Amino acid sequence: MDVEITLRVDGTEHRLTVDTRTTLLDALRDRLGNTSPKKGCDHGQCGACTLLIDGRRALGCLALAVAHQGADIVTAAGLADGDGGGLHPLQRSFIAHDAFQCGYCTPGQIVSACGMLAEAEAGWPSAVSKDPGATDVVLDDEEIAERMSGNLCRCAAYANIVPAIAEVAHR
Amino acid sequence: MKPFRYERADDVSSAVTALAEEPEAAFLAGGTNLVDLMRLEVATPEVLIDVRRLISDRIEELPDGGLRIGAAVPNSDLAADDRVRRRYPMLSQALLSGASGQLRNVATTGGNLLQRTRCPYFQNVTTPCNKRAPGSGCSALEGHQRDMAILGSSPACVATHPSDMAVALAALDAAVTVRGTDGERRIPVTALHRLPGDTPERDTVLARGELITGVELPPPAHLIPSRYRKVRDRASFAFALVSVAAALDVADGTVREVRIALGGVAHKPWRATTAESALHGAPATGESFRDAAAAELARATPLPGNAFKVPLARNTMVSVLLELLEEGR
Amino acid sequence: MSDVRARPHAIGSPMDRIDGAQKVTGTATYAYEWPVEHAVHLYPLQSTIAAGRITSVDTAEAEAEPGVLTVLTHLNAPSLTRPDDPELAVLQTDEVAWRGQFTGAVVAETLEAARAAAGLVRFGYAPREHDVVLRADRDDLRKPEHAAQFGSAPGDLQDGSPADSLLGDADAALDSAPVRLDATYTTPMYHNNPMEPHTAVVSWDDGALTVYCSTQGSSFSQMLIAGVLGLPPDRVRVISPHVGGGFGSKVYPHSYAVLAAMAARTVRRPVKFALTRQQMFALVGYRPASIQRIRLAADGDGRLTAIAHEVAEQTAKAKGYADQVAVCTRLMYTAPHRRTTHRLAPLDIPVPTIMRAPGEGQGMFALESAMDEMALACGMDPVEFRIRNEPEVHPESGLPFSSRHLVACLREGARRAGWERRDPAPRARRDGRWLLGSGVAASTYPSPRLPGSSATIRVTPDGHHRVLIAAADLGTGTWTTLTQIAADALGVPVEQVEVRIGDTALPPASVAGFSSGISSWGSSICAAAERLRQVLESDHGGTVPAQGLEVTADMPANPDEDRYAMHSFGAQFAEVRVDRDTGEVRVARLLGMFDVGRVINPKTVRSQLMGGMTQGMSMALYEHSVLDPRFGHVVNHDFGQYHIAANADVHAVEAHWVHERDPHTNAMGSKGAGEVGIVGTAAAIANAVYHATGVRVRDLPITLDKLLP
Repeated sequence: MDVEITLRVDGTEHRLTVDTRTTLLDALRDRLGNTSPKKGCDHGQCGACTLLIDGRRALGCLALAVAHQGADIVTAAGLADGDGGGLHPLQRSFIAHDAFQCGYCTPGQIVSACGMLAEAEAGWPSAVSKDPGATDVVLDDEEIAERMSGNLCRCAAYANIVPAIAEVAHR
Repeated sequence: MKPFRYERADDVSSAVTALAEEPEAAFLAGGTNLVDLMRLEVATPEVLIDVRRLISDRIEELPDGGLRIGAAVPNSDLAADDRVRRRYPMLSQALLSGASGQLRNVATTGGNLLQRTRCPYFQNVTTPCNKRAPGSGCSALEGHQRDMAILGSSPACVATHPSDMAVALAALDAAVTVRGTDGERRIPVTALHRLPGDTPERDTVLARGELITGVELPPPAHLIPSRYRKVRDRASFAFALVSVAAALDVADGTVREVRIALGGVAHKPWRATTAESALHGAPATGESFRDAAAAELARATPLPGNAFKVPLARNTMVSVLLELLEEGR
Repeated sequence: MSDVRARPHAIGSPMDRIDGAQKVTGTATYAYEWPVEHAVHLYPLQSTIAAGRITSVDTAEAEAEPGVLTVLTHLNAPSLTRPDDPELAVLQTDEVAWRGQFTGAVVAETLEAARAAAGLVRFGYAPREHDVVLRADRDDLRKPEHAAQFGSAPGDLQDGSPADSLLGDADAALDSAPVRLDATYTTPMYHNNPMEPHTAVVSWDDGALTVYCSTQGSSFSQMLIAGVLGLPPDRVRVISPHVGGGFGSKVYPHSYAVLAAMAARTVRRPVKFALTRQQMFALVGYRPASIQRIRLAADGDGRLTAIAHEVAEQTAKAKGYADQVAVCTRLMYTAPHRRTTHRLAPLDIPVPTIMRAPGEGQGMFALESAMDEMALACGMDPVEFRIRNEPEVHPESGLPFSSRHLVACLREGARRAGWERRDPAPRARRDGRWLLGSGVAASTYPSPRLPGSSATIRVTPDGHHRVLIAAADLGTGTWTTLTQIAADALGVPVEQVEVRIGDTALPPASVAGFSSGISSWGSSICAAAERLRQVLESDHGGTVPAQGLEVTADMPANPDEDRYAMHSFGAQFAEVRVDRDTGEVRVARLLGMFDVGRVINPKTVRSQLMGGMTQGMSMALYEHSVLDPRFGHVVNHDFGQYHIAANADVHAVEAHWVHERDPHTNAMGSKGAGEVGIVGTAAAIANAVYHATGVRVRDLPITLDKLLP
């Protein structure tokens, strides 16, 4: 069943017709040609398709496009554009720390980190926060690792991902 | 995924009516579990009724000092809410130990309660499963048993309920408000989910068309030490092998108040009433804790592949209670 | 050997990845992402029995679905020229050799339509009784023969080694020694699980095939695909500049590409096909499970007198595969009496394949656990026990090692890990509810070169050098390191070098596997650079002509390959914490000290080694593919249930190396670094868990139930 929807992707408005079954991930990759978010499991279990949807990090593979009429979506490609055409500080830090190998999970890691930093800024706790009542989040390595655990990396660049994010977080 | 129609209702009552009229319809909220099951063709609705914008996504004070959580409140927002963190820290911890940041941002309070088991045979349409295809048999009973239930299971189904949040809500005596075609009703969280018996296809007591609209938390009687501890096969982003939500109030070396609920062990969040009864008025010692845990688990019916959950649940209960005892000193 | 020039600037520098900006923005193009006009989508059908025959097929309902173009099954699939390969030659018979094998494909205008229609196809089966259980006491275990590269190369085991080796009289020595160990270790089935699912996007144009493919070797893929389809290789072009990991699973498995090619030929449209995560558990290989009995004998001074390593492992009835599990034992330690054996249990299971450090991954868990147990039995420190049994030359072949700095790795690793402060008593340290322990294990992996590579260099008068070779970068950093090698070989800055890889339109290259890539491709590039220099001097007076100049060179022979045993080595140190109540294990620190020859790029090699170690931790603690004996499928076939290490599992991971170049391996002096990092990690962790708890876990993975009090 086809439905017409509007999506704002990396700052550009798109009008498209989708099958009700089409996920945001497939709409981006197959319909709009934005292959920055990756399909690693199509099951919500790896994080490779992480997007910012209306400012929050979320998974494109579990989001039906039809339920996201008018949504504002940001991908890793858009993060780069958003910073005056250059790379986002997280992207530069990922390169400097060699926080990836095959690169397939990387756009999702970076979008997730971006959303995660905003969550920490808002004072959200995590499962390893020592004081669940504290509103100031100190993003130490343990906090970053826990908050980034929804993004699997089979190359296992984790020990570089954490310092890459920490460097941006502590600026 | 089977083709389906996507609809938005104008309000809760029309959503409930619409669903009741469509034999193969389902409510869609965050979709983090439903979309997944539809892709696997475990769920094959012909109509999705999107209720996310219809139900409340606010957390409100109740006159009695409790909280009312709108069913559309995302797990992240609930976990981060200042009042929840101060008054019900166990609930915040339970939410934060579930899923991942991305999923918690989308998954709703109502959806979390209604998520389906992650039993691998339930999720695989090429293997028999009584929950998915009643009468086809339980593949887990003599199959891969690691994640299966040790309490309250039946020969028809040994699946576990996957929610962490629900375990904390069970310990906190929370209740859900439910809207159906006959109006609204209130169900304690401990009575929402069913044991499988010989109808494992039914996870909850909800009637067809009933929609969870909110969760009510009773006022915290007083601030007593509480916590949620989750034991799993990796440090994060995995379901519980065993989890314990517990609160403990001790006066003069005697247990005055205790709440214990277990996750990962049953078809529902398991309120450990036997252990609680054994502990009320008992001396607050490791020995009482061990005896109480043993009493709770005396009814366990583990399978060869998950027998370890019995000592694991016992040890985790005792460890958490000892920590709470220490914290209360 | 000819040497890279003595004034290197690029080699040894921590250059950022040259594809970094593309990868962090998501604009690096992986196989699925190539824009192909008018493409249709394929969703496969898979058998739901483990053995037997297809007796009926009903595709009518699926074919009637809107958007469906065709449903392929064995009844209507095009014939292939190599129908006798049950893995690659898909849909050629009604025989089912394992559960999850391709039985057909739905091709439709959209992915949604293809997948939904796939659920409507009905197969009838005549099942045969199947058997998927590996046990050491099976009476049908057989000696592997001619299983090298699935029978396409000489040798019994996957790497070409003989199945058995025997020196002296191991049994007599084992019976009479004052200190003895006899222990059995097991490793489960593991799945490679690269993040990028295996994908083929194929199109036919005038009888020629283009395949955008996630592969570890475009040239190898070209040969496999052309062979099955009966095409001359030059009619198949494989393109794969970016590959989202492989870990072995993107070398041999190619059935998905064959299926997509068949479908594209049938519907006369380009076809896109990416496997789902679940399908990957049945179709693209895995590390076969093993049961390993190790017996060690030592004299009163802690010198080994005998070593025996007997292996039983899974293989598929459909297609023989044999990991070289005990081959590591042939070279690690000295002892006069020794025996290694490999036996296979042929089962109705999917076809195994290489997985990062195939053989060594499993074998060194067993050997290095046994070495820890034996050190304790001898009353020796495990580091010193290994050093005492360090061989002078390869203990079985007698060849000298091209370089072997294992002792230096053990000593320097121990120093960095603070090993001298370690109290050897088990279960003696605590931090709150956590029991603390530390352990050590050695690592090794061969450092071969594979045949079949050449490189072309084109230079223009402005000094721009284009280096062409169909090499692969799976995340290994090859694109960057080959640029560095080329720059130094040419004596120019890296800015003047542009390397092109991952395309069979380029000169051929061997696969990215067996830790052979840099050695093979780098040698070829160095040879081409040398030829360029000669041609420039002899024919052009040292000046690049206006129209530019192009040379090509094959990988040169290395006579040292027959005179030396070439291996990388390492020592890994693990610190663990074990919850005394629940048995949960946390790895607080992993430290690896490696001997990988000369390091081309310290930044990427460090990542590769750390990634290997972390995968080793994942192998030790989390991963385990569960085969259901009733159905024959892997039950936990997704990332929710097949746990790989997540970020929160990883704490301090350090990789260091000895700064020693190898004088014999290749022109760069490098050795392989792709696999050695994963080898031994699981044993170091198991040994640390023993030190923390007093519990010896000999069966991977080390899950909490094995440690519960």
